[in-house]
Amino acid sequence: MPAVIEVQNLRRSYGDTVAVDDVTFTVQEGEIFGILGPNGAGKTTTVECIEGLRAPDSGQISVLGLDPRHDRPELTQRLGVQLQDSQLPDQLRVAEALRLNSAFYRNPADWHALMDTLGLTSKSKTPFGKLSGGQKQRLSIALALLGSPRVAVLDELTTGLDPQARRDTWELIEGVRDRGVTIVLVTHFMEEAERLCDRVALIDAGRVVAIDTPAGLAGRVEAGQRIQFRPSVPFDDALLTHLPEVTHVIHRGDVVVVTGNDNALNAVTSVLARNQIVAHQLRVDQASLEDAFLALTGKHSDSQ
Amino acid sequence: MSVAIAPLPAAERGSALGRLALTELKLFARERLRIVFGVGLPLLLVIIIGCIPFFNQPRAAYGGATFLDVYVPIMVGFSAALLSLTALPMMLAGYRERGVLRRLQTTPIGPSRVLAAQLLANLAVVAGTSIAIVLLARFGFGVAFPRQLAGFVIAALLAAVALMCVGLFIAAVVPGSRAAQATGALLFYPLMFFAGLWLPIANMPATLQHISHATPLGAAVQALTDSAQGHWPTWLQLVTMAAYAVAFGLAAARWFRWE
Repeated sequence: MPAVIEVQNLRRSYGDTVAVDDVTFTVQEGEIFGILGPNGAGKTTTVECIEGLRAPDSGQISVLGLDPRHDRPELTQRLGVQLQDSQLPDQLRVAEALRLNSAFYRNPADWHALMDTLGLTSKSKTPFGKLSGGQKQRLSIALALLGSPRVAVLDELTTGLDPQARRDTWELIEGVRDRGVTIVLVTHFMEEAERLCDRVALIDAGRVVAIDTPAGLAGRVEAGQRIQFRPSVPFDDALLTHLPEVTHVIHRGDVVVVTGNDNALNAVTSVLARNQIVAHQLRVDQASLEDAFLALTGKHSDSQ
Repeated sequence: MSVAIAPLPAAERGSALGRLALTELKLFARERLRIVFGVGLPLLLVIIIGCIPFFNQPRAAYGGATFLDVYVPIMVGFSAALLSLTALPMMLAGYRERGVLRRLQTTPIGPSRVLAAQLLANLAVVAGTSIAIVLLARFGFGVAFPRQLAGFVIAALLAAVALMCVGLFIAAVVPGSRAAQATGALLFYPLMFFAGLWLPIANMPATLQHISHATPLGAAVQALTDSAQGHWPTWLQLVTMAAYAVAFGLAAARWFRWE
């Protein structure tokens, strides 16, 4: 499949702060490509450079063969963008917003049908200021798709949505991909990346740490295990971290989560037993994308 | 779930600029506060001045005209200035703060058409208000229609465009809606002074009159007053306004910022 987006050695700093240090990746036609990373990793700056909203300090970007900074009129016709936090005037109604924006494009999609697909028809006369978070999000997806784009960049698509609205949005995005639109999805939700993305670029501190399928990334944690339990008494993490079988120990409230290789469970339980610590509600899972994230960035994602 | 979206039928496609200007006009009409200040205030002033008999007597100082006769052109300039220098910059800067412009930046619309749409929408409001002022003065208080009507219309349009370009320039270069509002207000009062709001231009000392002719609003009120009395506006007045429009309009487009 041909590449629709090529980013090469992208670098961008704000004053002394380096937001994007060195990012290189390629997005293939028809895939959902995830950009995953902790807050402040440089995800948004990276996609803003792709959208042509920011000028890179150095590096090359090509989107559908266009230069995002110099070919803006053509790029905006072909690239759909959903920004992390952008608004419409409060008094602008849903149907008016769609009708207005469809006038901007050379090949506008039928906004009536789009409004219907996104479940906004019953809200067509509702002003933007009176929409719920989920409805605003759906409207912004509709606006991103109005120009019948070949590529859509969606930034923090489901942040602030309740779980049901989030699942509905995921279904919608899969539907959009099914009609051949390539999607770049910025997220810090593991579940979202695992569910939607064909490939994921894991970005940390302005650099690409790994690019792989979600399963491939999870597999890099050496077919590991994740052990969760509630200890009967508090204990020093060093007790577990010094074990060769254990890669990470983190706390979530009073629950301890230990990540390690296939022998981790044996090692952990014997150490606990030796120290007279009882592991309540013990649970063992195979490593997931989240563990890969943790292992590769050393940071914990925001999702719980 | 597959999302198959057909293209929009050609009959439903409109011009981006026209659609954006129309939408901005609608949004203006939905903002009650803006209607009260931008449209209601000038009309209210005409009514107040018209209802005070003292202001309705012919005066030798105004060449036999009444105080109200002199004030109708000033009110037309006043309504254009009020909208251009306070409402317009505040709204555009507000759009920028809230990310409305940032979203527009991702579409093919471009800064010139965003600014032009604002200009058109506000021009429509000023035109409506000016017509209402002239009609109210004529039928409420017996002020004659402008005797050189074509000159009056051209002067009013040019004045509105010049002031709006100044307003768009403020919106373009001043960060934040509060700062934009303050800058607009700071410009509004001296400009209104030179337009003769407090002291009719004809009664100003020579130096102030010269300064007044060089300000966009002073030139506007002079041109409007001349046309109201039956004279064609002078070229100097029209060129002064056009120069402000071109200079500030180009500067606004040049330094326009989306965020």
